[in-house]
Amino acid sequence: MIGVTHYVALSFLLFAIGVTGVLIRRNLLTVLMSIELILNAANLNLIAFSRQLGDLNGQLFAVFVITLAAGEAAIGLAIIISMYRLKGSVNLDDASELKG
Amino acid sequence: MPFPAGDTLLILPELFLTAAASFVLLWATFVSRPRERGLAFFSIGALAATGLLLFVSARMAGTLPRSAFGGMFAMDRFGLYFKGILLLVGIVTILFSLRFISVSPYPGGEYYGLILFSTVGMLFMASGTHLASIVVALELMALSQYVLAGYFKRETKSLEASAKYFVLGAFSSGVLIYGISLVYGAAGTLSLAGIATAFTTAKPPAFLVIGIIFVGCGMFFKIASAPFHVWAPDVYEGAPTPISAFFAVGPKLAAYAIFARIFFVGFGPRAGDWSAIIAASAALTMVVGNVGALMQTNVKRLLGYSSIGHAGYALLGLLAYGDASGIGLWSILVYLLAYAFMNLGAFGLVILLESKGYAGESVDDFNGLAAKNPWLAAAMLVFLLSLAGIPPTAGFVGKYFLFSAAMKAGWFWLSLLAVLMSAVSLFYYFRIARAMYLVEGEGTLHWREEPAVSAAIALCAAGTLAMGILPGPFVQFARTCLLPFGP
Repeated sequence: MIGVTHYVALSFLLFAIGVTGVLIRRNLLTVLMSIELILNAANLNLIAFSRQLGDLNGQLFAVFVITLAAGEAAIGLAIIISMYRLKGSVNLDDASELKG
Repeated sequence: MPFPAGDTLLILPELFLTAAASFVLLWATFVSRPRERGLAFFSIGALAATGLLLFVSARMAGTLPRSAFGGMFAMDRFGLYFKGILLLVGIVTILFSLRFISVSPYPGGEYYGLILFSTVGMLFMASGTHLASIVVALELMALSQYVLAGYFKRETKSLEASAKYFVLGAFSSGVLIYGISLVYGAAGTLSLAGIATAFTTAKPPAFLVIGIIFVGCGMFFKIASAPFHVWAPDVYEGAPTPISAFFAVGPKLAAYAIFARIFFVGFGPRAGDWSAIIAASAALTMVVGNVGALMQTNVKRLLGYSSIGHAGYALLGLLAYGDASGIGLWSILVYLLAYAFMNLGAFGLVILLESKGYAGESVDDFNGLAAKNPWLAAAMLVFLLSLAGIPPTAGFVGKYFLFSAAMKAGWFWLSLLAVLMSAVSLFYYFRIARAMYLVEGEGTLHWREEPAVSAAIALCAAGTLAMGILPGPFVQFARTCLLPFGP
């Protein structure tokens, strides 16, 4: 029997992968994907808890989070494109003018 | 579920500002570059009108606090206090931007539209009483700001600031939302009042603490406190300067509003779980911000580090959550108002000194300012004294109450550290003062070259001095704007 604990464990795994991706990957596109992974980990949690609690608020919030993720992807890709145009690279390590 | 018409009345100011922002965005496509000033003045008018509407709708709402939209939104004096300051911050930012944008090669229309949209997000943040509405408002603010940071899209620095801000901002939002999902699982509700009730009556599961820690981490990112502060100096340095001024004040104030609301109201009953984390972050933030600022030669970067230090001081207020007089909260309110005046003013001077676009923002640019224009130098001196916390300025008043709140709550070592770090901050603030008064500079600077910026600086200087000389009314007012502490 698969219970809420399994979902929370899976979501924690997704969250951990996402955080690792943000921290160690330098390619902006990969970082963006890792962030989406974190958001989807939260969605999985929300929906699992919503089912367990018999409360619709969690699912409602998950829909909001999906929308926010879409907005974030749009802005993120726009930034990545302008960066590629300017520098010919989407690597965070090439963005190193600001330091100190 | 239909909502009563009265609910719409409560969000009328925000609705109006949303409409105005959309209008600016549309109008921007039809307007030629020399006529963009019209857009700026319209935006200022819209912000002022929103302030007026805020007043009207608060009057018509009757007895406060009033809740609307099924507990998503609350109109209370706490929110109104923040909204008033945030609208002022928006107006000052646009005044700062007028010439800055018109001499830049970038169009101004979307720029003003984005500032308005971001302000709408911040207004909703100040009133959010449900984690869903808080997160959506937070993202509305943040998404507009990622674009604003990279608005000078052919400048590598600006774009880099935008990329860094986006990556860390989106990451922190993810962590925050993940934390919220855990809190939801533990409490069974997303409304702050419901969360507080759930935590007082039942014993919550163990993962709640993890959820609270993640929500706290997300908040630490947004207010730029250690160990999640690394983005702030980079973003403040790289973004267009009026936007740096906006970032240093607006989002931070709004983030403090939701920080206080979530932790005082929602997590209030679980204060034992989070007070040690906040104390650790406050200590680290004060040290990192003030020591980091010592080494800086770029003024924008220096102000970035100093704003990290200030975020650390304000955290002290959150630690005094248990004090019945509410000193923890109103000391933050007073401090944030002081912070808004003095930081906007200091950034205003940087904008004034930037001759064109990106040129010149080092401490050396302040050389001999006292000889060039004694009034501007005096204004900067007021801001520096205030940032360092020396009477008779607003910064002293703010720090005094914050530190005494921490003392009252029993955090003696933290208050001591805060005083020590204020002394450290004197070194770097006075480097600028020394450059203005003791070093010779070249050229002249007349305030007539930048009337809008000068007017905004004068406003900030007046506010800083008024709060410093007559703190009584400000404190009295802030004391009426408290939150109901969680049950």
